[in-house]
Amino acid sequence: MADSDGRQVDSINNATGKELTKEEKQRLRKEKKQHKKSKKDDKGPPEKEKEKGKASVPAPSKPATQSPAHKAAPAPVNASASESPAAAEKPAKSKAELRAERRARQDSDRASKQGKKEGGQQSASSKPKATPNELQPVVKRLPEHVQVDDPAALKKLAKKLERQQVPLRSDYGYKVSLFSHLHQYSRKNPPTQQIRYSVNLHHVLGLQYSQGIIAGSNARSVGLLHAFKQVIQDYNTPPNEELSRDLVNKLSPYISFLSQCRPLSASMGNAIKYIKKEISNIPSQCKEEEAKGKLQACIDSYINEKIILASEAISKYAIEKISNGDVILVYGCSSLVNHILCEAFEKQRKFRVIVVDSRPRLEGRETLRRLVKKGIRCTYVLISALSYILPEVSKVFLGAHALLANGYVMSRVGTSQIALVAKAYNVPVLVCCETYKFCERVQTDSFVSNELDDPDDLIVTRNGKTHLENWQTVKSLGLLNLVYDVTPPDFVDLVITDLGMIPCTSVPVVLRVKNVDQ
Amino acid sequence: MPGADKETDLSERIESFLSELKRCGSGAGSLRGSAETARETTALLRRITAQARWGNAGDLMEIIRKEGRRMTAAQPSETTVGNMVRRVLKIIREEYARSRGSTEEADQQESLHKLLTSGGSSEDNFRQHFAHLKANVIEAINELLTELEGTTDNISMQALEHIHSNEVIMTIGRSRTVEAFLKDAARKRKFHVMVAECAPFCQGHEMATSLSKEDIETTVIPDAAIFAVMSRVNKVIIGTQTVLANGGLRAVNGTHTLALAAKHHSTPLIVCAPMFKLSPQFPNEEDTFHKFVSPHEVLPFTEGEILSKVNAHGPVFDYVPPELITLFISNIGGNAPSYIYRLMSELYHPEDHEL
Repeated sequence: MADSDGRQVDSINNATGKELTKEEKQRLRKEKKQHKKSKKDDKGPPEKEKEKGKASVPAPSKPATQSPAHKAAPAPVNASASESPAAAEKPAKSKAELRAERRARQDSDRASKQGKKEGGQQSASSKPKATPNELQPVVKRLPEHVQVDDPAALKKLAKKLERQQVPLRSDYGYKVSLFSHLHQYSRKNPPTQQIRYSVNLHHVLGLQYSQGIIAGSNARSVGLLHAFKQVIQDYNTPPNEELSRDLVNKLSPYISFLSQCRPLSASMGNAIKYIKKEISNIPSQCKEEEAKGKLQACIDSYINEKIILASEAISKYAIEKISNGDVILVYGCSSLVNHILCEAFEKQRKFRVIVVDSRPRLEGRETLRRLVKKGIRCTYVLISALSYILPEVSKVFLGAHALLANGYVMSRVGTSQIALVAKAYNVPVLVCCETYKFCERVQTDSFVSNELDDPDDLIVTRNGKTHLENWQTVKSLGLLNLVYDVTPPDFVDLVITDLGMIPCTSVPVVLRVKNVDQ
Repeated sequence: MPGADKETDLSERIESFLSELKRCGSGAGSLRGSAETARETTALLRRITAQARWGNAGDLMEIIRKEGRRMTAAQPSETTVGNMVRRVLKIIREEYARSRGSTEEADQQESLHKLLTSGGSSEDNFRQHFAHLKANVIEAINELLTELEGTTDNISMQALEHIHSNEVIMTIGRSRTVEAFLKDAARKRKFHVMVAECAPFCQGHEMATSLSKEDIETTVIPDAAIFAVMSRVNKVIIGTQTVLANGGLRAVNGTHTLALAAKHHSTPLIVCAPMFKLSPQFPNEEDTFHKFVSPHEVLPFTEGEILSKVNAHGPVFDYVPPELITLFISNIGGNAPSYIYRLMSELYHPEDHEL
């Protein structure tokens, strides 16, 4: 049914002239991939066809909506990437084409409705006039890293990794039943142990991720982008292939490997999407050297704009909020918050800082070292002493790992606790976050999507006794080492971004504005 | 002389008890539980009653008050010592009143009517001598000791009334009372326990290993994850170091955060505390009673030169206001926090609040 649709569109294009041959070819390729996908996934085609027929505004946002599929197979991402150049030409298409596509879609939907059980969903999508152009009934593919309890998904992942020659990492230790849908790896067995062939830069990077040497979402994103720059540098286009498509395929095994080392963060996901889009936007008549240079310049400008300049802008806004005599509370180690405090200190603001830290990561000690080196007066407590120290505090500055579309702040575990107790004592909570960390996902609790760190980190030896030494032997004992948690928006008073100071609930507005710009 | 021997023996015991109190106060939590401290204090007071020289009730009360002041000064954070002293003083008053023949309960309390009508005669000097007072007082103290021994069992017996099957219960640190409570319930019901480890002493680890040995599904979580997992918790059951007169708690640090998280998710907070932990202190301000441990627990000496430029704090206790507490379970049953002041007036005489 979709086949006939493709051919129909094909014939229409040829009828209107040869000016759209390249886009038509790309669309054909995309449709073929969609047909393949439809054989596996019944839900795919009607949605994809409908999105194809929409106006340009929703189409570029489709790459954004696919953000949860960080490790999505090349095919659908390519489809969306190649869709954007097609989308850019859409206003040039004639009305006849659009009508024809809509008719074709209606046919396919009617046909699919007969054979499907989920009639409700299809009937909604088979009324094209009823759905406005702005709304997107997106069926996102569930990312693999939250489907550990599904054996079919695991098998699919194993096959994909085998195809890409990426070692599969196995779970470690007893998992708490509430989290059986997540991976739990041991730091002692990184996937780099199984590398037998030559070691590349991304292997080194993966090891640094899994051992925690590079930690923090800005640092991880910058590391990733630098590694990609190297890959692009070393890349040679094989004959009969286009750089714009082949390079993306080349990057996929690296991305799979890195996500095996440590699940990708939202910022890394956005960076990868950006790169893939830039790569597929390279015109095919571009020479290889020129293309590579262009891509490297793109990556450099991304890092510069989204991370470095953004932190300058955020510091400027944040320093307005710091007054003399303030007592500022910070939690853990956020490169952005550290930068803000150092800048404020250089601008001669008089304040002192309270650093709150928590086991088992104890990242606050790193913050402490950096601030003390600058000369800022600091106090250090553990998170259990929060109720003791909060009456002295005038402001709380928190960093974020990602900002979700429903206004929730995803950050290091313990952040929501700090926000909760600060709210109880009426202390303002300010979250600092660059816009490239905004993501389209929504989440209401810390269970559905999280990261489980090595459970052995919780073991501690005090006074010569290690109580949890043999926790694996005790059947009913489990250790839970969460990495992230989500803070509800009513605990957060202000979010400082490079676009300005916004309330937590304005995140989807910013996302929409960004998508229109792109 | 047997009398002098007895006295030196007595003072030796008192001195050794005082030095033990001073010693066990420093360091991780308490090397001995509050129940042991209470028992030892009561035993010591019984010995004082038996061996010290006193002629009438007033003298005895003076002696006990003096020793009590010394004991509480040795370790101010161990409030059970002071509580037991006050209980014994109340026992003495009661026995005295009974010996005198006035059996009214109203004697115990100051009522407006009495203040107006009786004038000066209500001022009881406790100067009358009664022959059997000593024996009665010692007997009453023995009863108190029996009560103390049975507190943990009394509390654990109520466990099945409060825990149903397939529950997720959260607790923090290590409390022997809660441990016994949960183990008792686990004999008949299956449930899941999450223990917050309570840095920096990490007593939660001990609690978790001990619970898991009884085949209770236990999970250890770091303190930072308390709010993150609270949405899946059905009940929070904690122990405490002291119950204050307004119904608030002085508990191990991190408990206030736990209570706030429970309030946010409307999860009931149940405190298992035996009656000897009830203290007539009121919290005047938030920080009238803090106790700190050496900051090297928080920031170890291995951190190097930054240590000299940084203030590190290691508070041991937290104050939890009574609004955050749902229920107190004690050896005399379950009570709401608003009822605590009444229980206190039954246990202690108002004149003994200040030793």
